[in-house]
Amino acid sequence: MNYIFDGSYQGYLCCVFEAFERKEFDAIPTTAQQLEINIFSQKRQIHTNELKAIRILTAMNKLIGLQNTKIFYHNFLSDSPSEWTNGFRLIVELFKSGKMDMQNYGRPDLLRIHQTIKKVSRERHRMKAFIRFVKSDNGLYTAIVEPDFNVLPLVIDFFKNRFTDQQWLIYDIRRNYGFYYNCHHVEEVASCAENEIQTPNRLEIDLDPKEREFQHLWKTYFKSTTIESRKNLKLHLRHVPKRYWKYLTEKQ
Amino acid sequence: MIGFDDKLKILADAAKYDVSCSSSGGKRKNTHGIGDASASGICHTYTEDGRCVSLLKILMTNYCIYDCSFCVSRRSNDVQRAAFSVKEVVDLTMNFYRRNYIEGLFLSSGIFKSADYTMERLMLVVKKLRTEERFNGYIHLKAIPGASESLLKQAGLYVDRMSVNLEIPTEQGLKLVAPEKDHQSVREPLAIIKNEILNVQQHKKIVKNVPLFVPAGQSTQMVIGATPETDLQIMQTAHEFYKDYKLKRVYYSGYIPINATDSMLPQIGTTPPLVRENRLYQTDWLLRFYGFSLHEILNTQHQQLELDIDPKLAWALRNPQFFPIDINTADYNSIIRIPGIGRQSANKIVQARQYGKLKEYQLRKLGIAFNRAKYFMICQDTVISAGFHYPEQIRKSLLGHQSSTNSNSIQTQLTLF
Repeated sequence: MNYIFDGSYQGYLCCVFEAFERKEFDAIPTTAQQLEINIFSQKRQIHTNELKAIRILTAMNKLIGLQNTKIFYHNFLSDSPSEWTNGFRLIVELFKSGKMDMQNYGRPDLLRIHQTIKKVSRERHRMKAFIRFVKSDNGLYTAIVEPDFNVLPLVIDFFKNRFTDQQWLIYDIRRNYGFYYNCHHVEEVASCAENEIQTPNRLEIDLDPKEREFQHLWKTYFKSTTIESRKNLKLHLRHVPKRYWKYLTEKQ
Repeated sequence: MIGFDDKLKILADAAKYDVSCSSSGGKRKNTHGIGDASASGICHTYTEDGRCVSLLKILMTNYCIYDCSFCVSRRSNDVQRAAFSVKEVVDLTMNFYRRNYIEGLFLSSGIFKSADYTMERLMLVVKKLRTEERFNGYIHLKAIPGASESLLKQAGLYVDRMSVNLEIPTEQGLKLVAPEKDHQSVREPLAIIKNEILNVQQHKKIVKNVPLFVPAGQSTQMVIGATPETDLQIMQTAHEFYKDYKLKRVYYSGYIPINATDSMLPQIGTTPPLVRENRLYQTDWLLRFYGFSLHEILNTQHQQLELDIDPKLAWALRNPQFFPIDINTADYNSIIRIPGIGRQSANKIVQARQYGKLKEYQLRKLGIAFNRAKYFMICQDTVISAGFHYPEQIRKSLLGHQSSTNSNSIQTQLTLF
């Protein structure tokens, strides 16, 4: 049985709620986009209900604590149906048995969720590092990213606390949504028409007159700080995988 | 008149031999300005040599009154000279930071005119960043040996980390390549800052709002392979400085030949001792985080680290009586001594075994270097009768695993010594 939810974490938690209501514990949570077409598989549309989601979260907090409950959120952000299912099974088991030793790394499914959130956490850290703002002449700093996992929600507080006195926009071009900060608070912005947003350097906005100069200076710095006789491209690639280069000023 | 771009090129190039780029340990919070410190530090990019770029690392100037033969900025070296103004450094830092290129600034300098004159200009930069730009990002500042105590203390109020480089691990070595310098001049600023840090910590116990003073502590750097010190001598010095000055880090920088005239130093074109540098860092980590004491790893019988195996493995092979270790019963401190198991995995093992004895297949998945660790540990289902191999056999079979490229690079390294 496929449970089709709207792609939000609340929707995901509602799948758990539904599973207990209908005793369909072998359900597979997925979204309409991710669903593999299979004429034999049944599916059920799950409606997102905030109250149900909050009930699930509160119950999880009570059983395993806030820190452990977060594991499931981070696992969810991996954006992968198979990890969603792994997390879903564990939540179902948690409610059935009333407890779970989250640090039992000897269990393959628990080890797997820890490995997944480690990957998500690595991607989150990379976003803090690799986001590059481009300043436009109205003072807005824009960054475009396409992270492997849906990690923007995990880094927004970081950018809010750091760049408090400048307006910025961070946009996930793969998932077509982003966050805009206007020097007071952050709001989510979503659903630009397809192809409307491209790499910031090709954006149809007017750049700040000094933007190109600072980009150039950054590239100069990047080149000058390399020690030729220690060159190690393999190591370089391990730290800065090619898929991120597109948005890194110094790799243009 | 050279352009700003060229200036940046020269002063970044001259600063790159300082290996520290750490931005961790900062505690500064954003108070109505820009920036905050990320406690774990962030590497914003990596150079093509694989080193982290966290800070904008530049010299204020590469004019220098000293003539240390291992240094690219020595006064007798025929390189182009340049100097930044205070405003230029501040503007560059702010604009890079606002674009999320960097975590902050690493500012060093050649000695221009005098120690105090140089230190004052460095101090002006950090003061301006903190007070005028309300910048809360990370600042690492070089303390200039010989600068006055009051200048050092003033700068300490604005920066996160300060450092003074030892450069050559022993006094005798230093005299060979930099007769104008001595270790005492490095100890002085380190001691001043250390005492002031302790002072501030004492005050904190009584008064609540004590201003931050060098919150990320101090560090130093040694050049490796320029002079003929042994690894034992190097680590003894490091150990002493960690202890006496409560340093956060000692950096080891494999010497990159940049001097064609001094026949004392390795000639231009020789490969920097990268493997040796790596082994020194591993030793440093074993001492600080793994509960090893220096004489276990280096002593009068073993004055050099082995290049083809890491120091923990080398220690294990010399001390077979410690092994095998039963990972289901041994304490954390013994488990981290197993080659191939690090601190994170050891933690996982200790946590996971509460829920049942761990077997080999579970260990394989935990992220340890199983092929190395297997000789030194027993799991629940390990066949104990297999017995503990002879150390020479373990060494042989482990070295057999290594790729040929790795052993090649070791050979080219060996020619240095």
